[in-house]
Amino acid sequence: MFEFKKTGLQQKNKFLLRAVVAGIFAVICFSLLVTRFWVLQVDRHEGLAARADSNRIAVVPIPPRRGEIVDRNGEVLARNYLSYTLEVVPARAGNLDELFSELMPIVYMSTADQRRFKRRVAESGRYASVVLRNNLNETEAAWFSAHSFRFPGVELRARWVREYPQGKSAGHVVGYIGRISEGDVNSLEESGQLGNYRGTDVIGKKGIEKTYETALHGKTGLQELEITARGKPVRVLKRVDPVPGSNLVLSLDMGLQRIAEEAFKDMRGALVAIEPATGDVLAFVSQPSYDPNLFIDGIDAESWRQLNESPDHPLINRPVIGTYPIGSTYKPFVALAALELNKRRATDRISDPGYFEFGGQRFRNSGSTAFGSIDMHQALVVSSDTYFYSLGPEIGVNGLHDFMKPFGFGQLTGIDIDGEKRGVLPSTEWKRQAYKKRDQQRWYAGETISVAVGQGYNSFTLMQLAQATAVLANDGVFMKPHLVRALENPKTGAQSLTVAEASYKIPLKKENLQIIKRALAEVTTVGTARQAFAGAAYQAAGKTGTAQVYSLRGAKYRASAIDERLRDHALFMAFAPLVNPKIAIAVIVENAGWGGSVAAPVARKVFDAWLARDAKKSAVTVPTSITVTPTAPNTTAPVTNRVGGQ
Amino acid sequence: MKYVFAFLGRVISAIDWPLMIILMILASVGLLVMHSAVGGTDWRFADQTRNFIVALCAMWVVALTPPHIIMRLAVPFYILGVLLLLGVFFFGDTSKGATRWLNLGFTRIQPSEMMKIAVPLMLAWYFQKREGPMNTLDFFVAVLLLIVPCLLIIKQPDLGTALLVFGAGFCVIYFAGLSFKLLLPVVIAGVIGVGSIVAYQDDLCDDDFDWVVLHDYQKHRICTLLDPSTDPLGKGFHTIQSTIAVGSGGVYGKGYMNGTQTHLDFIPERTTDFIFAVFSEEFGLYGGVTLLLLYLLLLARGLTIAVRAPTHFSRLLAGSITMVLFIYVFVNIGMVTGILPVVGVPLPFLSYGGTALMTIGIACGMLMSISKYRPPVN
Repeated sequence: MFEFKKTGLQQKNKFLLRAVVAGIFAVICFSLLVTRFWVLQVDRHEGLAARADSNRIAVVPIPPRRGEIVDRNGEVLARNYLSYTLEVVPARAGNLDELFSELMPIVYMSTADQRRFKRRVAESGRYASVVLRNNLNETEAAWFSAHSFRFPGVELRARWVREYPQGKSAGHVVGYIGRISEGDVNSLEESGQLGNYRGTDVIGKKGIEKTYETALHGKTGLQELEITARGKPVRVLKRVDPVPGSNLVLSLDMGLQRIAEEAFKDMRGALVAIEPATGDVLAFVSQPSYDPNLFIDGIDAESWRQLNESPDHPLINRPVIGTYPIGSTYKPFVALAALELNKRRATDRISDPGYFEFGGQRFRNSGSTAFGSIDMHQALVVSSDTYFYSLGPEIGVNGLHDFMKPFGFGQLTGIDIDGEKRGVLPSTEWKRQAYKKRDQQRWYAGETISVAVGQGYNSFTLMQLAQATAVLANDGVFMKPHLVRALENPKTGAQSLTVAEASYKIPLKKENLQIIKRALAEVTTVGTARQAFAGAAYQAAGKTGTAQVYSLRGAKYRASAIDERLRDHALFMAFAPLVNPKIAIAVIVENAGWGGSVAAPVARKVFDAWLARDAKKSAVTVPTSITVTPTAPNTTAPVTNRVGGQ
Repeated sequence: MKYVFAFLGRVISAIDWPLMIILMILASVGLLVMHSAVGGTDWRFADQTRNFIVALCAMWVVALTPPHIIMRLAVPFYILGVLLLLGVFFFGDTSKGATRWLNLGFTRIQPSEMMKIAVPLMLAWYFQKREGPMNTLDFFVAVLLLIVPCLLIIKQPDLGTALLVFGAGFCVIYFAGLSFKLLLPVVIAGVIGVGSIVAYQDDLCDDDFDWVVLHDYQKHRICTLLDPSTDPLGKGFHTIQSTIAVGSGGVYGKGYMNGTQTHLDFIPERTTDFIFAVFSEEFGLYGGVTLLLLYLLLLARGLTIAVRAPTHFSRLLAGSITMVLFIYVFVNIGMVTGILPVVGVPLPFLSYGGTALMTIGIACGMLMSISKYRPPVN
């Protein structure tokens, strides 16, 4: 007991010492603060008091004007117009319902407007200025300015409002802006951009509006105003002009875009058309589309419900988000791989009895047609599955993976739009990573067989197929695909290209490319796409395909017996003309069955329109701007611009 | 009736009057400044008054609880806190980009706030159990008990609260006998670190320079502190405007309700983190020093209670609670006057906010319980 008391006492004394030290530390810290008070309130008092008291400077941000978006011919996709808005600071405005009823006779507000307003007040608090109504007409604005004294806390302001004149057309490309959310505020703060957004209340949310937000937004200017004690501005002391956002010139051609969209009629699907030599995306279709104008001011609940719950999923940007096994459209690339890797010569013939047997299992041709003895050319023209099944084990899954990777399959193509999915380009390494269980991690030889015909684990975006087609058409030169061709300075009109040179060149033998391209050309004359291209004024080269939605497990496919949403997707990849291709395309029509009869005609319409227009153009003007580099065609990456055609 | 008087007697005897008087003065100052900050009586003034009353009740309840019972609650309280923090980590609600709240269905709670009390409680409990000179093992266990919740809070991310929780825990370890030999190098390293940041700010604040351990926005805050003019429309705006407010107050201040910076909406967050700018603009250097003296009195009373406390546990708890109040004050005023980065720490008794007042109320209640309770002598 005594012992305990002693240690207790010692501890108490030790504690006393530490408490004293802590106290001294606190006093030192507080002295530091007092010193700081002294510096601010005595030494710098005059200067700071001058800033606060005699000058009363208000720093008012001047938001920059957002850049506009036009297509390659100058047709407008997004612009700003000046609009009168009524804004309210609720804390100063008094009873809101009374305010509504007093304003109502002259300045009409729908119940949706009123509801939205109340919601925003709840979100942003009583001291923030909240938009009561947009787009007042001249009469309303004039009436209000005459009666503004009756409405304290309500202010009439002119501000730029965004507008998308094309409506649904190219809706997924342009995307939309929307009010800055809490999440946006946080990411702006993280990037140190929050100050640059003072005075701005919208930000790009989707599409080009989002990916080019920094360029479109510009730089906020500021005005230092001298204001009276009651808060009224007296004069401008200093002004830093805002830097308006850049205008974007798209690579898209709206004329072509509309033709492509109309070609889909009311079918669901996607289409991407690329100019192989430049990587310019000429058309980018996701059907059905939506009208981005709905989102500018916050979408109303009913429209949102309709868009969001529609079984057609109009909000999904199909070309970059949807991933599919691309079926037979993969075959030209597999054939090229076989040639390049010296696994099979084009002239080698194999016998196609309608199925391929491997490890005691039969892999059937679709439709179970037997083509007899065929070579590579014929196999592509008639789309023999057996021929390509047999290539599978010869090339091997890793061989295919390594060959396909530079074409962009299963990779991000780097296109300048948000949400791009990577998909899956299978390999043994991929399967090890993708699965948890040991026995699932193993790669089975049989799996390579379905991979070689574009089925199985393959899962690519339509964008990847379009890009790979463009790379093939461009003899292996990879131009990064882009929707925005150039940024334009709105003041000087000077343009800077987004993609000026090739990313790399895949070393491919000319004679091998010739074999593949010739076979693809024949697909459109005597092969699976001959009906769609009958009587075309140019030589197209393409390949049809079907993407399985529903696994049949060996049963026979009967479209009529399967629910419409589970039917196969129709696919088509093509480029034209055969020599010096001007356009490469990939099309998918969802649940439409067979590619040759549904997807190919869509591509035909787009080709017709583009090449006819091109022919007209080149008849008048000399083709310009594309320079052929004098370097040897087999040099490796990077090469500037395109390497000469075949 | 007899019982009512007996109860009232207990209620009154539970109050540590010197502490109570200081608290009352601070609370009055707080309401006075709040009144000016909101520009007259509006809902926030009424709200804050209600918050004070609730906090006062909480303080009373805690003051009536004997220290050994508080001690018994330490471990469950701490474990509950860590579990809730883990809950936030996995299922937390996100608001303004940070995940700090846990939705319990009927209400949302912010477990990091409760760690400000749970951590010092737990550590004090631990050192009481290990009474005697601190050995290395004790030290490491204590650091572990402290670091785990701190990391969980930093992850949210909430640097301000993590700092306070760490401060609270660190104070317990310090009072428990952390060797001065260990402490001194840390202090020196800190001084050198801050010094070098100030000296090399141009390079460090370059956009391409990655700070590895800190988030981009945290780096941004520190860089803005070093040179507020780099971001005059954003974060720097807060610091610029609050220093103008403080400086323009001068020696005597502009007078109550006469702060131009305040009443022309120049001071951001003027009812919460930046309320000291309002106070300082209106009451000047005299006001500022007087307020610091009040806090110093609070500090002195708290440390006196700690020194006089009968058990190791109550000494450590009282000491660390007192020092945390000091950290609050120093960090907040340092931030408003532009010598510390903007980290979101409220000023005790002045800043608007029910949760923070509640925490302070409970803390003061513990101080009173420790001060007044003496074990029955047999």
